[in-house]
Amino acid sequence: MEFAELIKTPRVDGVVLHRPFLPTVEGTLCLTGHHLILSSRQDNTEELWLLHSNIDAIEKRFIGSLGTIIVKCKDLRIIQLDIPGMEECLNIASSIEALSTLDSVSLMYPFFYRPMFEVIEDGWHLFSPEEAFKDLESMTDEWRLSEVNKDFTVCPSYPSLVTVPKDIDDDTLCKAAAFRHGGRFPVLSYYHKKNGMVMMRAGQPLTGTNGRRCKEDEKLINATLRAGKRGYIIDTRTIAVAQQAKARGGGFEQEANYPQWRRIHKAIERSNILQESLIKLVEACNDQSNSMDRWLSKLEASNWQSHVKEILTTACLAAQCIDRSGASVLVHGTEGTDSTLQVTSLAQIILEPACRTIRGFQALVEREWLQAGHPFQQRCAQSAYSNGKPRSEAPVFLLFLDCVWQILRQFPCSFQFNEHFLITLFEHAYASQFGTFLGNSAAESRVKLKLSRKTVSLWSWVNRPQELERFVNPLYEPNSLVIWPSVAPQSLLLWEGVFLRWNRSTKFLDEAYEEMVHIIEYNKELQNKVNSLRRQLAQLETEDSPLQTP
Amino acid sequence: MEHIRLPKVERVQLLDRGSSRRAQVGTLYLTASHTIFVDNETEVCSEIWVLHSLVCNVEKQSVTAFGYPLLIQCKNFQVIQLIIPQENDCNDVLMSLLRLSRAKRYEELYCFSFKPNIDKAERDQAWDFIDLRAEYSRMGVPNKLWHVSPINREYRVCDTYPTDLFVPKSATLPVIVGSSKFRSRGRFPTLSYYCKETQAAICRSSQPLSGFSARCLEDEQMLEAIMKSNPGSRFMYVVDTRPKLNAMANRATGKGYESEDNYTNIKFQFIGIENIHVMRNSQQKLIEVSDLRSPSMGEFLLGLENSDWLKHIQTILTAGKFISKAVAEEGVSVLVHCSDGWDRTAQVCSVACILLDPYYRTLKGFMGTYLCDRMAFPYRYSHLDEDPKEVSPVIDQFLECVWQLMEQFPCAFEYNERFLISIHNHIHSCQYGNFVCNSEKERKDLGIREKTHSLWPHMWKNKSDFVNPLFRPDHSQTQGVLRPLTTPYCFKFWRGLYNHFDRGLHPRQSVLDCLMAVKEETQQLEELLAVCEQVGTKCGHACCKQWRQEPGVLMSATVFPNPANSPQDYTGGILSTGPKDWPVQQRETESTELSLFGDATKSSDPDNSDQESGVADFSCHSSSGGDSFPSEDSVKDADSDEAAFNTA
Repeated sequence: MEFAELIKTPRVDGVVLHRPFLPTVEGTLCLTGHHLILSSRQDNTEELWLLHSNIDAIEKRFIGSLGTIIVKCKDLRIIQLDIPGMEECLNIASSIEALSTLDSVSLMYPFFYRPMFEVIEDGWHLFSPEEAFKDLESMTDEWRLSEVNKDFTVCPSYPSLVTVPKDIDDDTLCKAAAFRHGGRFPVLSYYHKKNGMVMMRAGQPLTGTNGRRCKEDEKLINATLRAGKRGYIIDTRTIAVAQQAKARGGGFEQEANYPQWRRIHKAIERSNILQESLIKLVEACNDQSNSMDRWLSKLEASNWQSHVKEILTTACLAAQCIDRSGASVLVHGTEGTDSTLQVTSLAQIILEPACRTIRGFQALVEREWLQAGHPFQQRCAQSAYSNGKPRSEAPVFLLFLDCVWQILRQFPCSFQFNEHFLITLFEHAYASQFGTFLGNSAAESRVKLKLSRKTVSLWSWVNRPQELERFVNPLYEPNSLVIWPSVAPQSLLLWEGVFLRWNRSTKFLDEAYEEMVHIIEYNKELQNKVNSLRRQLAQLETEDSPLQTP
Repeated sequence: MEHIRLPKVERVQLLDRGSSRRAQVGTLYLTASHTIFVDNETEVCSEIWVLHSLVCNVEKQSVTAFGYPLLIQCKNFQVIQLIIPQENDCNDVLMSLLRLSRAKRYEELYCFSFKPNIDKAERDQAWDFIDLRAEYSRMGVPNKLWHVSPINREYRVCDTYPTDLFVPKSATLPVIVGSSKFRSRGRFPTLSYYCKETQAAICRSSQPLSGFSARCLEDEQMLEAIMKSNPGSRFMYVVDTRPKLNAMANRATGKGYESEDNYTNIKFQFIGIENIHVMRNSQQKLIEVSDLRSPSMGEFLLGLENSDWLKHIQTILTAGKFISKAVAEEGVSVLVHCSDGWDRTAQVCSVACILLDPYYRTLKGFMGTYLCDRMAFPYRYSHLDEDPKEVSPVIDQFLECVWQLMEQFPCAFEYNERFLISIHNHIHSCQYGNFVCNSEKERKDLGIREKTHSLWPHMWKNKSDFVNPLFRPDHSQTQGVLRPLTTPYCFKFWRGLYNHFDRGLHPRQSVLDCLMAVKEETQQLEELLAVCEQVGTKCGHACCKQWRQEPGVLMSATVFPNPANSPQDYTGGILSTGPKDWPVQQRETESTELSLFGDATKSSDPDNSDQESGVADFSCHSSSGGDSFPSEDSVKDADSDEAAFNTA
């Protein structure tokens, strides 16, 4: 298919652009296969380059022959284009609609994007399961890397290499896989070096209504326990939801069959409820006419903050079981690709200092989200302005980032990255020139789409020193401790950097951030001066000393 | 001392507010000024000191297996729960505290018995720390249009006003007297703030006694004189801060508001700030919300909404913004009043001043607003055991408006949140004489200057604790008028004040502390390098050698003392119960607080700032209930289950 077929009017003059915080611009609107561009001949005006894939929804309005298109973006920005001429306006609108809802992944911009920078370190090869396993091997010899899934047949949403208990052979894995939703048999998610406890994740067991059991599954997860030890199974669903799942062939682990494990149910909501919550929250944030009462009640009714609290609480609980109770943990919900990953990745942020560095966080996202099979393409197909019938969109990853931000706010010196880094990941998960978040699983992205050969990795860009600079938290001091956040409502805040970003100017907050950077940089500069003087002195002393000693 | 029925009780339990399991056992002492709890079981001896004047409520609760619980609630939102083994002791403590915490006469207030080690000359100097005349001259008055009127000498015209009052030069004595007679409690219009740049003024008064139709020529002339003292403008605003309905109701009692028909060239405006009774109820609801034990997000947000508190804050800030805009941008003078002109009026004028004048955003300037707006035109504090219906949170609201502004303009204020909280504490504790009494006359009669001490020099001396590291006098954000947003989402719950003592709810690392430490180190380095330059290379090198730090070491060493991985009881309800915060932290908080009062017996121990704080009961409040372990009972079940499991 040629993009040209979809572009009915490639160019319109005299279009007026309104966007948040910037002066109105008049110029020429151009549509390309992947971008909506508005350029004006005036100097000093910023051009608009908007990825079609960033467009969440559009609205058209007409006053006489002047048409207006409201473009609502996935990053929550809303811009307005005034287009003279009804026909042009209609053409532009339908072209944008078509171009922003392309179904075929291979037509996405990352396949066409050529970086303007030299790729020094290829992000596609930075974080492989082999590398992660090397780290694990240095701490313990109880685990092995299995190739049972090398052709993605045992579990289509797992990577080709997974870490499993050493004593469990591939046959057992296959049988356990048949007993787990989507073939997601229990695999290692995190090894807690301090006490050797582990966190595993899986899909729900397929017990069904008649309580099916699977000896291999039991054997597999029991193999992760030390002698005499017990573990916790954290089911991210309520007991009621888990019960209902039985009717559809799913279910949960029966105590009788797993006597060494205690099951805990939590209440993390599922995708369509989360999507609805996002829509309501953004609606509340965008309504400037709200009274205080309406604002607070809409904020409450959106339930967004409740979801943040519940997810964070569950992650803390998992971390607590591991670090404080010295017990291993298995986490699952239904599919094991959404709430499960929220919990396992957040628990690692809490427990593992390395995950709080920029590189470590990238590795975490690779390991616990991309390779672990979170269906990014489905979940991020639409954002807060979607008004059609929801399919499988859900802000699962955004909620994870929100939770990370909450912890960052409570431990502002323990993270190497800043809020801007998290916001950047949010943007790229929904629309990007990079291929990192394309596809729904390792199988799809690595093999079918050949992303690593055909697209550029987000990490290749992020890790360039010029870019990295913007993501570094000036307050960072490595903190080797476990960090326990507060989950009380008083401690959890609305993530203004995302949800109010386009509604109010952040000039004064940005100035404060710059001031903070300045204070710390000036301090470092003086320290360097003093230290260089010290070195000079040391040098002088060594030069002087032979003369002084007779 | 005669009110202390029992000076000492042994084996008292101090409950931790998050959990009923972890309690400290210690000795309770009652002194003339403080309730003191000393934990004598743990190795680190911890103490809690609470001023009687801060106690707002003492309640005996129903008996438990451990003894007789006593709940002490403080005006700084600290809540202390004790369990006393014997009922008689509990009653004695209760009766003593009830009496000690409610001063019947001003002389019983703590400021009259608080004797820091300062001689008389120093004390007088301290009271002169802030000079009202100097403050007015900074504003640019007296000048050719405004002067000090001698009219209120010996408080003859209005006994709730100070003696020195600025009025338009063109207002003659008969006009002022006439106007005064036409105003509630004689509080005629007088200058509150003068804007040099635009010559516009903020004036304040009480409501006119207009009833349904009464007029007063002198009062009309008075307003005209104010309007004309601003040569550039052709009208002035009269702002009634009350809701219109309340103002109309006042007309029936012979009071009311100005009619645009009678007063030439005024634009009249209602603001709609509710009265102190509504505000008090609202704050009470807010306190209840902040006191909830592990509430769900919904309970918290709905509680916040139902309290209406943020709505009131929004209204007050909007009013301040209106006035500052009129004065600075339109160059129009404003007369502000409510009923008596001391609650809402003082509040709104103070907020407008903060917005208008960068000086009030400095430490010294803030103390200035206090003197001008609060002392000379006081709020009514409830330091005496008076009618609880007259208690008003106006001052809390003013401080909160400043805090909300700090959130929007992080570089604009020289002082920090801690400064506001400390002032809040002092207003209610009465350790210093600054906030006692309702008028200058009363203060003179009581001899406040002679018998008590002033807070400001004390705050000034400790100013390094109260400085905002992001503040720079030459920063653009510092300059000119602040134009805050007043959309609802800009207003946040002030956790720092309302949950001040719930340390578990606060960020575990403080950007403020960190930046303060960095700036302090920067200053030391600057001094060191300056010395190097002066004394020449060789000696300078020697100086540097003494500087033991490698880059970054100090920052981590002083700001983040690496706490031991302490085995605190941090467990979600699944495993056992988890305390919300734990005793060591409470002690730390307490001692920090005490040091703010200047009589600290101990300084805070930095090693206690353990980051690994136990926080919340993670297993509680799953929204669906039932399926997790929300109550302690099920927790116990869980434990017994575990025991059974182990034996099996």
